[in-house]
Amino acid sequence: MTTTALRTAAARASDLSKVYGSGDTRVTALDHVSVEFYRGEFTAIMGPSGSGKSTLMHCMAGLDSVSSGSARIGEVELNGLKDKALTKLRRDQIGFVFQAFNLLPTLTALENITLPMDIAGRKADKAWLDRVIATVGLADRLGHRPSQLSGGQQQRVACARALASRPEIIFADEPTGNLDSRSGAEILGFLRSSVRELGQTIVMVTHDPVAASYADRVIFLADGRIVDELQAPTADGVLDRMRRFDAKGRTS
Amino acid sequence: MFKTALRNVLSHKGRLLMTMLAVVLGTAFVAGTLVFSDSVSTALKNSLSHNYDNVSVRVENNAAGEDRRAQDNTSGAKPLTDATLRQIRALPGTASATGTVEGFAGISDPNGNLIGGRGETQGANFSPGADGTDTRYPMAQGSGPTSATQVAVDQRTARKNGFKVGDTLRVAVNGPVMRLTVSGIFTSDDPALSSGGSLVLFDTATAQRLYTGPGQYGWIDALAKPGTSQSALESQIERVVPHSDNITLHTGASLTADAKQMVEDDSKNMKTALLFFAGIALFVGIFLISNTFTMLIAQRTRELALMRALGASRKQVRRSVLLEALLVGLTASVAGLGAGVGIGAALKAWAGSSGNIPGGGLTVTPSTVLITLAVGTVVTGIAALFPALRASRVPPVAAMSSNDQPASQKSLVVRNSIGVVLAALGVGVVLLGVSQGGSAGRMPVALGALLVMLGVFVLTPLLSRPIIAATGPLFRRLFGISGTLAKQNAIRNPRRTAATASALTIGVTLITALTVIGTSVSTTITKQVTANMKADYAVSSQLGYPVSPQLVSQLKSAKGVTAASAADSQYVTVNGADLSLNGFDAGSFDQLVAPDLTQGTLDAFKQGQLLIDADHAKSLDLAVGSTVKVAYPNGTSGSLTVGGVYPKSDLLGPALLSEQALTGHTVAPFYNVVLVKTDGGSSSANEQALRDATGLNPLVKVQSQQQMVDQFNSLISMMLTILYALLGMAVLIAILGVVNTLAMSVFERKRELGMLRAVGLDRRGVKRMVRLESVVIAVFGAAMGVAIGTFLAWAANGLLKSSLSGLTTALPWGRLALFIALGAMVGLLAALWPARRAARLDILGAIKTD
Repeated sequence: MTTTALRTAAARASDLSKVYGSGDTRVTALDHVSVEFYRGEFTAIMGPSGSGKSTLMHCMAGLDSVSSGSARIGEVELNGLKDKALTKLRRDQIGFVFQAFNLLPTLTALENITLPMDIAGRKADKAWLDRVIATVGLADRLGHRPSQLSGGQQQRVACARALASRPEIIFADEPTGNLDSRSGAEILGFLRSSVRELGQTIVMVTHDPVAASYADRVIFLADGRIVDELQAPTADGVLDRMRRFDAKGRTS
Repeated sequence: MFKTALRNVLSHKGRLLMTMLAVVLGTAFVAGTLVFSDSVSTALKNSLSHNYDNVSVRVENNAAGEDRRAQDNTSGAKPLTDATLRQIRALPGTASATGTVEGFAGISDPNGNLIGGRGETQGANFSPGADGTDTRYPMAQGSGPTSATQVAVDQRTARKNGFKVGDTLRVAVNGPVMRLTVSGIFTSDDPALSSGGSLVLFDTATAQRLYTGPGQYGWIDALAKPGTSQSALESQIERVVPHSDNITLHTGASLTADAKQMVEDDSKNMKTALLFFAGIALFVGIFLISNTFTMLIAQRTRELALMRALGASRKQVRRSVLLEALLVGLTASVAGLGAGVGIGAALKAWAGSSGNIPGGGLTVTPSTVLITLAVGTVVTGIAALFPALRASRVPPVAAMSSNDQPASQKSLVVRNSIGVVLAALGVGVVLLGVSQGGSAGRMPVALGALLVMLGVFVLTPLLSRPIIAATGPLFRRLFGISGTLAKQNAIRNPRRTAATASALTIGVTLITALTVIGTSVSTTITKQVTANMKADYAVSSQLGYPVSPQLVSQLKSAKGVTAASAADSQYVTVNGADLSLNGFDAGSFDQLVAPDLTQGTLDAFKQGQLLIDADHAKSLDLAVGSTVKVAYPNGTSGSLTVGGVYPKSDLLGPALLSEQALTGHTVAPFYNVVLVKTDGGSSSANEQALRDATGLNPLVKVQSQQQMVDQFNSLISMMLTILYALLGMAVLIAILGVVNTLAMSVFERKRELGMLRAVGLDRRGVKRMVRLESVVIAVFGAAMGVAIGTFLAWAANGLLKSSLSGLTTALPWGRLALFIALGAMVGLLAALWPARRAARLDILGAIKTD
C-alpha cells in the first residue's frame, strides 16, 4: 500500500462496456471503463444515480454480463464464462454485502455466516471463523435468527458471511444505505479494519461521501466513465469533488 | 370495488392459474357426472317407453320357478296355467294374450365358456300366433323353435360368436347341458337385449319344463281391444285369475312407470356415488384455493393497507377479496361446465360403444348448468372466506412499513388446542363405535373418522414442525446445504405447508383406508378358504341354483376323484331357534373339510352328531355333549347330540351334520356346492376331467382352491382400481396445490434465491432445494394419510367383523410404502416447473432493492 509499484490487482476492468437495450432504448451504462482494484485495499466507487457505479460492480462480481471489454477477478477472465463457472467463482472468490442485508430468515446468524462454505461443501476454518466473529462482535448472537437482530447486527452478519470464506475480493453495494448513521459508522469501521488487519480486498459502491471517506481510494463515475480518483479521501474532499462534477454536469 | 377486484384477477392471472385449474377439474367432475348419468337415464327411459306397447295388463306369478328351490316354502303359491291363459283370451276386452316363461339360460360359446356374466343371458319361450310368428321376436333368419331340440338365438350374440342356423348350441338351465339346433336368429327390443345381454328362445313346452313346470307361465300379457281401457281390462282379468299372494296384476302404464322409476333410481345411485368423489375433489380444492388467496393477500399487504389508508372500510376490503374469489370461481366453473359436458359425452360414447347403453343424444339439463356454476363459485367463495377476513384486518399503518419480511406468525395455540380436542374426541368416538361393533357402531365410527380428519388438519401445522425437522440431519447428510434449506423452507410457514400437505392427505387417507380394508378382507378370506378346505376343487352352479343330484354322482365317478361330497344346505330349528346347516357325506368328510375344532372330535360327526360354530354354540348355550331338540324341513323332529365346536367360518356355515343323519328328514336335497378331492391335487388334467364329467356344462363352475381365492381377490382388486381412479381427481388437485404453493413460494422468495445464487449456489442447487422442499411436503402429507387411513381401516374392520368372522387388519406394507414413495414422486413432479423457474431467476432482478 505504500507505493503504487507494489500494488497488485485483485480485480481489473479493461475497456469494459455495458449496453442495455437497443435502438431507441439503447442505454450505455458503462462506456469503455478501465480500472484496477488493488489487493488489500478498500476502494469506494462513487457517483450520482445512473452513473453506472452499480453496473460496474455487478459486472466485476460476475452478476451481470459484459457487452465488450474484459473483467477479471485475479487472473480469471469473467467475460465468456458459463453460468456454472461464474457461480463457482462467486462462491469461492467473491464475497457480497448488500444494502438490504439479504440474509436467509430461516437460518441462524452462524448458519448465515457459513452459508457460502456450506454451499461449497467445505468446512469452515475454525480459527478464522472465530476471529471474524470476534471482529464483528457477534459472538453472543450466533443462535439468533435475522428477525431477532437489529439492522446493524444483520449487516454485521452479512459482513461476516462475506469474510468467512476468505474471498479474493468483497463487493459491498451501499452497505450502509439501510442503516442509521451510528450503525453505518460501525459497519464502515469494521470494513476498514478487515482491510487493515485481515488484509481483505473490498470494493464498495456508495453515494455517501462520509462512507467513501473510510476507503483508501475513491473512484468517481459519471455517465458510465471514470472521471476522477482520490487517494486517502476525507469526507470533505469527496464532497468537494462531487460538487465539482455536479457543477460541471450542469454547465456542460 | 368491482373494478379493483377485476383488475386484481387480471393482474394475477398467472398466480390464479392453479386455483382456476383446481376449480375447473372439480366442477368438470360434477358436470361430467350429471351429464353422463342424465344422458344414460334418458336413453334408457326412451328405450323403455315402447317395451310395453303391446301390454295392456300383465298378470305375474311372482313365485314362478321358485318351488324348485328346496329352501323356499312356497306351498301356498298358485300357478298361472294354460287354463288361465285361455280364460283371459276369452274375455270380452281381450284382443290377444300371450304367456311368457323366462329365466336364466347358460350358453356356451364355441370354446365351451359361458357367454356373458351372471344374469346377463336369458332364456324365454317362443310363442307363435296363428301365423307361426311371434311379434315380440321377429326372425331375421330361419324360424322359431318348434320342438324340444330347437333353439333361437338373438342376432348380436349369434354374430359375436359366429352362430348360424343349423349349428348346435350348448345350453344349460339347471341340470345337464342340452345340445340344441339353432332354428332361427331373431332381433328384438327385449330389455334383456337392449342392456347388452343375450337371449335364447325355446318352444313354450320346453321353456315351461325348464323354468316353471309344465303348463305354467311366469306371466301373461294381455292386449286390450280398442275401446277397452287398461284398467277396465284389468278388472275383467282380475275375476278369472287365481287369487293368491303370488299373483299380481299390473297395467302397461304402471309397468312403464315402474321401469322408468327403476332406471331413475339406478341413475340416482350412480350419480350420488360419483358426486361423492367429486365432492372430495372439490373439498381438496378448497385447501388449494384458500392457500392461494392467503398468499396473494400476504403479498398484497401493503397494497391493501394503502387502500385502507385511503379510506376503504374493512367491509370494502373484505368484499373486494370475496368478489375476486367469486369472479375466479365463476370463470373456472364455466370452463369446468364445458369440460364436464365433454367428459359426459366421452363417457356416453364409450359406454355406448361397449354396447350396454342404448344410443341417444346428450342431456344437459338447466339444473346441471346451475348446479355446476353454483358449486364452483360457492366453493371458491367459501375457500376465500378466511383469507378475506384476514385481508380486512390489515391495519392501514402497514402501508408505511418498509419491511417486506412476512409478518411474524400468529400464535397457533388456539388452533392447536382446537385440533387436540377434535382429534381426541374423534379417536374416542371411533373407539366407542368399534367397541359397539356391527351396524350400531357405524354412525359413531363415521362421525369419529370425520372428527379425526378435521382434528388432524387443524393440527397439521403443529405436527409439521417436529416431523419435518426430524428429517433434518438426514437431509443435511444426503443433500448438503440444499437439503437443509429445503427442510427450513418447508417448516418456515407451517400453515401453508399444512394446507398443502393436507390436500394430499385427504386422498391418501381414503386410498389407504380402502386398500387396508381390501387387503384385510382378502387375507381373511384366503385364510378361511385354505384353513378349512382340504378338497382340491369346489364345483358349484354359476347361479344361486343348487347343483343337481345327477351331477354329484357324475363327479364322484369322474377320473381321478378320490373323494367327493355335496354340501346339502338345509334349514332346521334347534331348540326352537332357526339354524342353517350343511350336510356332508360322513365317509369323505375328513378328506374334504378340516374344521379346526376347539372342542370335540371329528369322529363324533361320523357318528351323526352335530358340529356347531362357536358363535351359535354360545348364543344357544351349547357345548360338547349337549342334547338338542331338532325340527327338520319335512316336519319330522328328533334330538341330536353336539359333538364338536369350531370357530365361526363363512365357508362352513353355522352347523355341520352328516348327510346320513339328515336322510329321511328333508323334502329335497339342496346342494349348493360339491367338494372334490382328486388324486394328485389340483392340476389341469384333473380340472379337465371334472369339466368333462359335467358334460362341459357352461353353468357349472369348477374351481380349485387357488381359483376361489383368486376370484375373490380379483374382485377386490377391481373394486380398489375403480376407487383409485375415482380418487385420482382429488390427488390430481392436491398435486396442483403443491405446484401452486411452490410457485408462489418461489415468487415470494425471489430475493433470497437471488442472494443464494449471488453467494454461489448453482442452478442445480437451487432446483434441488425447491424439489426437496416439495418432496418433504408431499411425503409429509402422504405419510399422514397413510397413518390416518390405516387407523380408519382398522376401525372399519372392527365394524365389518360382525359380517365377516375372523376379520383381522392386515397391513399391506408394500402398498403403504408405495403410497409414500408415490407421495415423493408427486413432490418431484409438482416441483418440476417451480424449480425451473427458481433456477432461471435473474440474480440482479432478484437482489435489487425496490
